[in-house]
Parts: sequence; C-alpha cells; structure tokens
Amino acid sequence: MKDEPMDVKALLKSLSEACGVSGYEDEVRGVIRQAFEPYCDEIRVDTMGNLIGLKKGSGKGGARRKRVMLAGHMDEIGLMVTEIDQGFIRFTQVGGYDTRVLPAQAVTVFGRERLPGIIASVPPHVSGSSDKSTPMDELYVDVGLSESQVNKLARVGDLITLDRPCVELSDDLLCGKAFDDRASVAAIVTCLEILSQTAHEWDVYAVATVQEEVGLRGATTGAFGIAPDLGIAIDVGFGKQPGVKEKFAIILGKGPALARGPNIHPKLFAGLKATAEKFEIPYQVEVTSGGTGTDANAIQLTRDGIPTGLISIPERNMHTPVETISIKDVERTGRLLACYIAGLDADTMGQFVWDDDNGGEK
Amino acid sequence: MKDIIKKMVEGFGPSGFEDSIRAAIRDEIQPLVDEIRVDAMGNLIALKKGTGHDGKKIMVAAHMDEIGAMVSYVDKKGFVRFTNLGGVVPIFEVGGRMRFENGTIGVIAMEKLEDPKKAPELEKLYVDVGATSRDDCPVNVGDVACFLQPMVELGPCLASKAMDDRVGCAIMIQALRDMKTKPAADIYFVFTTQEEVGLRGATTGAFGINPDVGIAIDVTGTGDTPEPARKMAVSIGAGPAIKIKDSGMVVTPWVKDWMIDVATAQKIPFQLEVLVGGATDAAAIQKSRAGVAAGCISIPCRYIHSPSETVSYADVLNSVKLLVGMLERPVFN
Amino acid sequence: MMLEKLSNAFGPSGCEGDVRRIVISDIKSRVDELTVDHLGNVICRMKATGRGKKPLRIMAAAHLDEVGMIITHADDDGFLHFDKIGGIDDRILPAKGVVIGAGKVPGVIIAKPVHLTSAEERGKVISHDDLVIDIGAANKDAAVKKCAPGDYATFDTRFRRFGRGLVAGKAFDDRVGCAVLIELIKRGPYPFEFCPVFTTMEEVGLRGAKVAAFKVRPDIALVLESTICEDSPKEKDRGSVTAIGKGPALSLADRGLIVNRKLVRFAARRAAALGVPCQFKQPGIGGTDGGAIHKEGEGAPTLPVSVPARYIHSPMAVISLRDFHHTIDLAEDVMRHVTLADIQP
Repeated sequence: MKDEPMDVKALLKSLSEACGVSGYEDEVRGVIRQAFEPYCDEIRVDTMGNLIGLKKGSGKGGARRKRVMLAGHMDEIGLMVTEIDQGFIRFTQVGGYDTRVLPAQAVTVFGRERLPGIIASVPPHVSGSSDKSTPMDELYVDVGLSESQVNKLARVGDLITLDRPCVELSDDLLCGKAFDDRASVAAIVTCLEILSQTAHEWDVYAVATVQEEVGLRGATTGAFGIAPDLGIAIDVGFGKQPGVKEKFAIILGKGPALARGPNIHPKLFAGLKATAEKFEIPYQVEVTSGGTGTDANAIQLTRDGIPTGLISIPERNMHTPVETISIKDVERTGRLLACYIAGLDADTMGQFVWDDDNGGEK
Repeated sequence: MKDIIKKMVEGFGPSGFEDSIRAAIRDEIQPLVDEIRVDAMGNLIALKKGTGHDGKKIMVAAHMDEIGAMVSYVDKKGFVRFTNLGGVVPIFEVGGRMRFENGTIGVIAMEKLEDPKKAPELEKLYVDVGATSRDDCPVNVGDVACFLQPMVELGPCLASKAMDDRVGCAIMIQALRDMKTKPAADIYFVFTTQEEVGLRGATTGAFGINPDVGIAIDVTGTGDTPEPARKMAVSIGAGPAIKIKDSGMVVTPWVKDWMIDVATAQKIPFQLEVLVGGATDAAAIQKSRAGVAAGCISIPCRYIHSPSETVSYADVLNSVKLLVGMLERPVFN
Repeated sequence: MMLEKLSNAFGPSGCEGDVRRIVISDIKSRVDELTVDHLGNVICRMKATGRGKKPLRIMAAAHLDEVGMIITHADDDGFLHFDKIGGIDDRILPAKGVVIGAGKVPGVIIAKPVHLTSAEERGKVISHDDLVIDIGAANKDAAVKKCAPGDYATFDTRFRRFGRGLVAGKAFDDRVGCAVLIELIKRGPYPFEFCPVFTTMEEVGLRGAKVAAFKVRPDIALVLESTICEDSPKEKDRGSVTAIGKGPALSLADRGLIVNRKLVRFAARRAAALGVPCQFKQPGIGGTDGGAIHKEGEGAPTLPVSVPARYIHSPMAVISLRDFHHTIDLAEDVMRHVTLADIQP
C-alpha cells in the first residue's frame, strides 16, 4: 500500500504523454502497470495485450467471488507508415483523426530509432488557396534526413505519434494528446486507491484495454476471458464546445456523465445515479440510442450477456492532439466508481432483474 | 503447383455455396491429414497432428468462397436480376459472364445510365441467359453464380477469377504436401466459408477449434499499377507480404516477427503490408473467445474482386515456403 | 387477440418491459424453463417428448422490441428533443403522436407550420434533429418533471382491422413474430427440445439474439419476423421484396445471413407438402436476428420465416391474417420434420 495520496495531475500527464497506439500499447502499459501495482493483488497481460489488475474483494466465493470489470482503454489513435517515398514518409491512420488537424503537427516516427518529424504542409503561396482539405494519402512526414538514411531507419508499419506535451490550461483543465481514454485509466487508478482503504466484497478487475479505437477489440476478448458479473466502461464524452449539438454535449467540470440507453443496464444506471446522489458527487446524464462506440458495447454482448454501464468523462476536442479534460471530473469518476463498488454485496445481482422497466425512470 | 492453382481458381463456390469447391479440396488433402470434418457453417477442417508434447494448436485459414451473385428476380422477358454475394464491383463485371451452378452461362449487361460518367450501381445490371420469358429461364430466384474467367499465364503472373482466395487454398494444399517433418503443434488447416460476406466461417471455425495461434493466407492489394486505387508499398513479384495492419486487425507483433524471422533465415523475399481497407480471416480469429495471437501471409494481387485477379507465381511459391518454414518451427510467445 | 395486445404494447429497443410482461404471463405455464437474461431476453425451454438419444435442439426467435425514440433533453421552452432508436425514416416523423416514458406521457412530433416554409424547404426531408416533441410543458422544468433524458418513446397508434382480411398497427416488426412464437409454444411440446426466445434490441444491432444464441447453442434456429413488403404498382419490372397474401416469406440471403440452402429448400418442400403458399423474400435485402444467431458459438443453420408487412418501421404497418396463420403452420411443420441429416453441408 502507498502512504502518500496519489497525485492525479501527475498521473494524467504521464499517461497522456506515454506512447500507445492501438495494437502497440507497450509503453503506456508499463506506466499503468506501475500505477496499478500498489493496489492490485494480481496483474496480468492477456493475449491481446489488455492489462488486467485484480483487486480481490472480501466476499465469500473464493475464486468465483462476484466480479466487476472496469474498462478504460489505454490505446490512443496514431499514424502508421505505409510507404517511404523518396525520403519522405507516407502514412495512414490507426483510429480516426479528422485529417484537417494533421498538417504542421510535430510527430515522432518510431523507426529503428525515434525520429522527430513534421507533417509537411505545402505553403499557401505555392498551393494556392483552396477550400478542399488535403486527403490523408497526400500528406507526408518530413524527418529531415537523406533518402538513404530514411530508408535505413524507417520502414512500412512503423508507428508515428503526434507529439504534444500536456499543458495546464487552468487549475483544473488539462490539455494533452491522449486523454481519450487515459483520463479514464486515471479514474480507475483513483478508484483502486480509494478501495485500498475501503472494504469491498466484490473482486475488482481493473482493465486497461487495448485496440478500442480500431473496433473495441481488447474489450471484446478481455471481457470474454474475465467473464465478469457486471461491466463498467469508462470513456470520454463530447464536451460542450462550439459545433457540438446540445443533444450530444456534456459539460466539463460538472462531473461524470452516466449513460442511459439500450447499451446500458437500467439497474446499473440507477445504481450509479443513486450512489452519486448519496455521496454528493456531481453527475450528468448522457443519452445514447443504441450500441455506443465504447468498450461498453463489446462488454454487454459478451458470452450470454453482461449488465453493463458507461461513465463518460467530458472532453473537448476529441481525437485531436489537444484533448481537454477536467481533473475534478476524473477524481469524481474514480470516487463514484469506488463508492459504487464498495456498495456491491451478495444480494446485488438479485437486483439485476428486468421486472419493472416500463419506459423510463421511476 | 500451377495445376492445383488452376483447379482451385476454376472451381465453383460463391459465399455460402462452397459445396463443390469443398469436395475438390477434400479430395486433395484427405490422404495428407489425420482427421477431417465439416462444421455447421461448412468450414472444411483438417487436422495434421503434431508430436503433441506442447499441446498447442495452430489454425491456418484460407477461405474457399469467392464473390458471386444470387438471382433476386427474373422479369417477364426472362432477364435475370441479381444481388451480390460479397464485394462485387459492377464496372468489373459489365460485359463479362457468369456461370450458374447448373451450368447456365449468362452475359452481364446493364441498363442505360442516367449519368454515363458515373460508375453504375449493381441494381443497373442484369444477366441475359438467352431466355425469352420467365417460364423458359433456366435459373430461378435463389440460384447462385460465380464470375467466369479461366486461369491464364501473363508472363510470370497468373490471372483468373477467384485468386481471392483459392490461391490461399492452393498454398495450404501445397504446404501440406511439402511438410516433411511432423510439427511440434497440432495444425488445423481450415478452408473457411463466407469470408467475403464478413469473415463468418472463420468466426465460428476459430470458436470451435480454440487455437493458440491463427494464420490466415489471403490476397492483398498492391500499389504497383498506374494510378492505383490506393497508394501502397506492396508490389507483385517482390515476395509474400507480411501483414502488419489492415482495417480488421493489428497483427500480433510477435507473430509478425516470427514470419519475418523465418523469411529472413530462409532467404525468402518478403515485403511488409499496411492495408487501408479490407480484412481477412485472421481478424476474426484474433478476436475469438479471450483472444488469439494472429497474423496473415498475404499474396500481393492486382485487380482484386475483378474476374482477372492477378498474382505472381513466384510470390505463391515463396508463400508456400514461408508457411512450411513457420509450421516446421512453430514459435509461441 | 394476442397480436392486438402485443402491437399496442410499449417496447422500443432496450425498454421492452411491457411487452415482456405480456409474453411471460401468456406462456409461463406452458414451458419447462423460463429465464430473463441480462439483456432482457426471455429464454424458454420445452423438453422433448419421448425418450431416446439426445434430441435435436431447435431455437425459434422473435424480437420484442420495436423502433422508437429516446429523449435527449428538454429545451427552455419545454420541448423535448430526441434521437431515433432503430431505423426510422425521418420522412414519417412529422405530426405523429407518441407516448413517452413510464408515465406514458402523450406528445406530438412537431415542425413549423407550412405557411412559414419556403418551397425549397418543403422539397427537403426534415431531419429528426430539427423536430421536437410537444408534451404541453410550459418550460424546461415542467418538461423534465414528466419526461427525463433517457426516457423512451414510441408511436401511439392502436391496432385495427383493415381492408379485407388485413390488420393494421404499429410494431408489427416484430410483434407479429412474437405472436407466431407464442402460438408455436401453445402447439407444443414437440419431439425435439424447443427453445423459444423472445429477444431484445434487434433494431439496434441484433444485441439480444447474439447473447441468447450463445446461451442456447441450438442445432438449428428459426427466426420469426415480419418483413418488408412493397407490393404497390411499379413502373419497372423489378418484382417486390415480398407480396402480401402470398404466404410466409422464406429468406435465401440477406445483409447478415446466407441461409443454409438445404434448410430453406427443405422448408419450401414442406410448404408444398402442407398445401401452404410460401414465397422467397427477394435476396439481398434487410437483415434479422438470424445474422447474429447463425454465427454465434460454432454456428447453427438458421432460417428466417416472415409474415410480409407493408409499411414496417412506421406507426402503421399492415399484414394479412392468412399469411400470419400460414406462417405458424409452416414453422411448426418445418420444426417437426427437419433433421440434421436434411441440412448438413
């Protein structure tokens, strides 16, 4: 057990700055392993690369104690080399950027060695003004080396990440390249820390999942392997900002958003909401109309079905290198998770019935 | 091995209707394997037992289905409308022919286009089988067809319909013939169904087999033609392509390294592949159950999903060598 | 009539409770096991009659859910904004009545009056993003008191007789299938192990069916549906997906499933033997729970059998009662006669 309270801001920074493009999460996995270690009884990495920390509960049932799975994905979107073209590097994306944010970004190419680079932008003096954006396959990275050096140091399949140190926009708002979804991983760590000083009956599987951005792949296999009784995905949600319709927006600094909709078990939503109210944790409600684009989607459909919840941390500028979140929201999310888990007992699953859903909240 | 490639690509088996090609493959491999079965989805699953002391299972998969067509309507004059089985590209097919399972040949034609500058939608196409009415039309709703082109040699290349993925089937058959030593692991050679409509056979096949490692053998696109559909650093003739990523998977890094190591050690030429768009059975295998380490040996192929899919014969031979080399020296992380 | 009760019931995807209750109370005494799983599926089992070797396990699925809406937020003027649940065409939304949430609050979907629209606007579909539901609330607080964000809504249409031998109502996709499945339960038990499953969330991605099939692991599955029928006169000679009054529609291939050809041909032969009309649904269109069921686990041959329904996914669909009864008869007959030997690849 750790003696000093965790520094959430420092953790968020180190998480955001670590590299971990979908499918190649090794570096960030190391950072998270360190953060999990003080609080977990067992830690393992599964075939897909999910980092699975088990914090055992005090309830009866031994190896088959009730299990809750917390999933926050550790992968980030990034780029991958497709071709070396006369010393310049062509690329595709891993996950989904708006390609319009790419020109003139600083990058690192993970070749035989780490190569600093720039995504080239043709000066408007030459290109002429245009209202058309540049498609991905016309962009390239300049690493400032000769053709023969580039051929020696980089090859097809090498990863490229956008370089973006974490910036404090205010006391509470952090801006960085990978808060989607490292902010949630930090919330899970916060939850584990609180649980290390709080009794809880259920086993907690804290999972930093892989390959969410390319199709929820880590959560799919991770949930199958763990076979939890309840699953809670934690991800970022669209923060209110110009251009985001109100029906999709949640507000930074006003607490985690609890999702409702077909992907979410109504009892899990109700349980999280009741917990937030009981412990006076500010929260918002986010409405989803079908399968969500989060790990919750995969978890719910695992095996013969798992009651699943989704908590969203409000984030502005999603899928850009300047993703912005509120530290308070992260801490509140961790606290909400911990309070909810501490309340899980032998009778909880008996409450997960479908006898009274009839259109809405009571 | 041109004979077996020809036999494979000229066989009949649109997605969901692989009976005929399955029988042909079964004939080829029966004497070479220890057990053979067909599962509920129609996958042909052949087991070559290993020496058994490490108890590991490797699943090697190539899909035996090809893109094709199913009759959706026969009009009063006997013209046939069809829906696609898999990713049929209308402009590749107009003016060509299709062969129905009962032997009927039809000419693929199209209606007048509203905008001749735009590529036609599938619903603009129809098939003329020489009928004059619905009554004398030799095919009915639900009948299936594949596109028709025999294999030809273009210099060092081979062109045919259904290279995707019968060339993969041929590579697996040839690998079975060429394997000299009993491998350390049990190897499941799986000829999958319904890949072209969403990796369906591999999904259930992998669930049933529950392998430790999955390797798909399939074709991939190239960037070596005039103004190619997509820029890509893969060319035909430069060796098998070792997949790193496509839209269905990021290859398990150590499986990719295993392939590179074998190719390097045996001096097999190879290239690395990042495919934008497209997926293979390996993606389905990787996501099976609690996850399976998986990768893909890709055969570079021009004009995929046309009736003249074109590969380099040398690449095919080298793919066999790479697969055999891997299976004889399996690596498990 | 059961279909009337089911059609009128409230049950958008994810919120099928009212429909589930109707189904359960009608069938619970007739099945050997009944469980409601974590996605809300009603999974039943009827033991095989007779003894002997392991009986065939046949699953038959119909989905409880219907397309609908979900409230996203209330604005300052008390209007409710919403998202669609499942595939509703925006063109059918304006000026329809809905009911919302546990309180079944009545509301209407509104857009601005025709007088204030330009000719150009009238030529365009109004996006559901620009439509709101009016529940008569004076302001945001009054609205939220009645309907919270996340409350579900559906159309308020009532079932009725229609034309000659037809009936009309909402949610025929797939309450018609539910009614067929209930009747099949009542005609049991059978010489095979029968697993009727009422699935949830079909309209938002075959969600219930996927996990139910994982649990049931059938040898063979039937999917009972009502399917697209657009048999109105057409300019071109292109046929229709199905036609009303021509009997149950057997699927050959749709966007999510290529039907085991031996199974579908077997069913067509049974229809002929039974003297029941049947038709093939035009291949390549639509999708059903079968798309999930047939590839779950190690896979199972799966056949959708559907009652043709005009105007599905709208507040008012139409079916023929003859087609409905023929579908029950054919499904029963296929299940009674099919063996694995008939359909193995």
